[in-house]
Amino acid sequence: MSVFCEVPQAAPVAVFKLSQDFNNDQFPNKVNLGVGAYRTDEGQPWVLPVVKKVEKIIVHDDRLNHEYLPILGLPEFRSSASKIVLGDDSPAIQENRVGAVQCLGGTGALKMGAEFLRRFYNGNNNTKTPVYVSAPTWENHNAVFANAGFDDVRPYKYWDGEKKGLDLPGFLGDLESCPEHSIFVLHACAHNPTGTDPTQEQWQQIADVMMRRQLFVFFDSAYQGFASGSLDKDAWAVRYFVSMGFEMFCAQSFSKNFGLYNERVGNLTIVARDADNLKRVLSQMEKIVRTTWSNPPSQGARIVANTLNSPELFTEWKDNVKTMANRVLLMRAQLKAKLQALGTPGTWDHITEQIGMFSFTGLNSKQVEYMVKERHIYLMASGRINMCGLTTKNIDYVAESIHETVTMVQ
Amino acid sequence: MALLKSNKVFYCLGNISPSLGVLSTRNSSWWGGVQMGPPDPILGVSEAFKKDTNPKKMNLGVGAYRDDQGKPFVLSCVRKAEAVITAKQMDKEYLGIVGLGEFTKSCAQLAFGADNEVLKSGRNITVQTISGTGSLRIGANFLSRFHGGPRDVYLPKPSWGNHTPIFRDAGMQLKAYRYYDPSTCGFDFKGALDDISKIPEQSVIMLHACAHNPTGVDPKPEQWKEISDIAKKRNLLVFFDMAYQGFASGDINRDAWAVRYFIEQGHNILLSQSFAKNMGLYGERVGGFTVVCNDAEEAKRVESQLKILIRPIYSNPPMNGARIAATILNTPDLHSLWLEEVHSMADRIIKMREQLAAGLKKEGSSQNWQHVIDQIGMFCFTGLKPEQVERLTKEFSVYMTKDGRISMAGVTSGNVGYLAHGIHAVTK
Repeated sequence: MSVFCEVPQAAPVAVFKLSQDFNNDQFPNKVNLGVGAYRTDEGQPWVLPVVKKVEKIIVHDDRLNHEYLPILGLPEFRSSASKIVLGDDSPAIQENRVGAVQCLGGTGALKMGAEFLRRFYNGNNNTKTPVYVSAPTWENHNAVFANAGFDDVRPYKYWDGEKKGLDLPGFLGDLESCPEHSIFVLHACAHNPTGTDPTQEQWQQIADVMMRRQLFVFFDSAYQGFASGSLDKDAWAVRYFVSMGFEMFCAQSFSKNFGLYNERVGNLTIVARDADNLKRVLSQMEKIVRTTWSNPPSQGARIVANTLNSPELFTEWKDNVKTMANRVLLMRAQLKAKLQALGTPGTWDHITEQIGMFSFTGLNSKQVEYMVKERHIYLMASGRINMCGLTTKNIDYVAESIHETVTMVQ
Repeated sequence: MALLKSNKVFYCLGNISPSLGVLSTRNSSWWGGVQMGPPDPILGVSEAFKKDTNPKKMNLGVGAYRDDQGKPFVLSCVRKAEAVITAKQMDKEYLGIVGLGEFTKSCAQLAFGADNEVLKSGRNITVQTISGTGSLRIGANFLSRFHGGPRDVYLPKPSWGNHTPIFRDAGMQLKAYRYYDPSTCGFDFKGALDDISKIPEQSVIMLHACAHNPTGVDPKPEQWKEISDIAKKRNLLVFFDMAYQGFASGDINRDAWAVRYFIEQGHNILLSQSFAKNMGLYGERVGGFTVVCNDAEEAKRVESQLKILIRPIYSNPPMNGARIAATILNTPDLHSLWLEEVHSMADRIIKMREQLAAGLKKEGSSQNWQHVIDQIGMFCFTGLKPEQVERLTKEFSVYMTKDGRISMAGVTSGNVGYLAHGIHAVTK
């Protein structure tokens, strides 16, 4: 009699199941528009040239070893990562009230932030504090906060399916009516999955309400640089909120903008009221880290730190990032143009108005099913496509498929 | 009413000057009530050591191997594996949630032996984890969610300090069974059996597979047999923590003997493995977590649930260390080289134990220091009392934890004489 005979089979995580199905498909012209990783125009993963360079340096440096990092991570990584999102000249950094925790990817950063908030925010161990995530959002947001112990994870209005854009009145309405001190998870740029970001003016409105109603700001920044091609532009919202005086968290991922997906490089940037509060917060973060993974992996952090802290490598990196962002922008422009040329029913401006890796095409679940089953084009049931899956070789096939789908299936 | 007015005042001020608006009606930080966390006892040791200017200072708190020059040691097999990997120019695509297949397979083979029936029948699920801590945490979370038995996890007394908060954070409760006998600095076999025989059925019992941390005291094979018997009688769920395979005796099979014996005896164990020490991959965070199930079908169900647990913590594990470990384990000459290097690390430790005991005798100590030689692995529970530890630190700049534990890894042929002298001075 096993202790685990009652353990039920869990449903697979959708995005990984999609990749699995894609891999098993024998159709020669199949296209994978599912999982969120960059692809070259040859449809291949891309290890950034600057990363290859830095890895070589690391592997040949005999002074380096594999000793434990400190619990909070590699100091050079933490400080340079925070600088990247807040800006070199950030007053908050100069005022010594910015700290960071190196984490296992963006997920790990969200996890650490969530665990801390559940223990110490809005009272002690207040599991009832509502956590708001956008409707829709990255599917793992819900699980991260729920698993950290929050009982009440709710959606805030975000995507307007009809106009295919931001539902600002709905968003502001939720900000006005939510319980005070609610936590809001905001996408810093390149919203996943919709690709729809607030404008600067809209961010200002959002910030105003959040300040007045004392809501907690938790940014998720997974695409800095990758969205517009400019690090500063993509960090505008985060920096604006800091300038407004919020105490806040920002979960950063270097998976996409450094292409370091499997090395799990992330950073939780903490902006506190002052150095004293920061110190106490970090001391408690250490406790949480210690019982989860003890200390973070060193390889990825070293690569990022070396790059960010060397003027030449930093310039090379920015260039690599632009390469990726520009290819995505090109695919967006071409897809829209082709759909318009085909006379595909509906409007397709959102393809170029949206930003980042993902596009919410607006295809409904029946249409998605058709795309997958009949055209062997794999995308999420939500209609989300990864622009990186498009190449000059397959874009015609994809455009034609969308055209056929939209015409045949309603 | 006045409060409402003042709210408005603050809000207006906020409009004029954003930084004043920051003050808010609470005029404080969200974190005003957050206490300073207690300092980590072991980190504290290292901090104090760093500040000490005595040229003869010794850091015996460190839980990482050092060579005979007191330097961190990067294994040759690791450097060779890294060169192989760099040459392959692989991509950096996400691993699956359960990690690198070549790693998890060889990780399980290392623990159970390649010919083990468990592996042949596919009734284990082994996932890649963030070293030993990550493995224990996943295990604790899994138990918390799916174990139908009591919430209690029984740890040996004493155990690694981090065991308790890991299980507690995961929602389990902690209890203890007698283990270390301070009067002999050895194993309290009778006490352990006595306590274990009283553990409620289906409770979880944690066992250190080899090189018990912090005491260095391991049961002998005949004693393991009796522990297995009683655990079976009590229908306990056995959770092995194996952080030092190869590092304890120098022989990876010998160090895994208890784990393999328990499997043979029919225990469907949980197992945490770490490659931090035995491959020197500390900062790369390489580990594995295994659940031995009834059959392959059950293993599949358990795997699916482990994925659900892992995804909201860190999505998928880091590649670098697992790739190095897998390359070493799966490349015959690197594997042999590794076995040699692990053996030599263990040998150096054993030699230091012998030299320390001999040195104490030479100093003229009348105390019994046999336990220094009998204990195994990185750590030695000297038997020193807190006051003696304090003196050792103050007068001789020898840094260790208050419980009298020293890391033998910090001892070298160059400083073992000094250490013997200091210990004798505070214990005579």
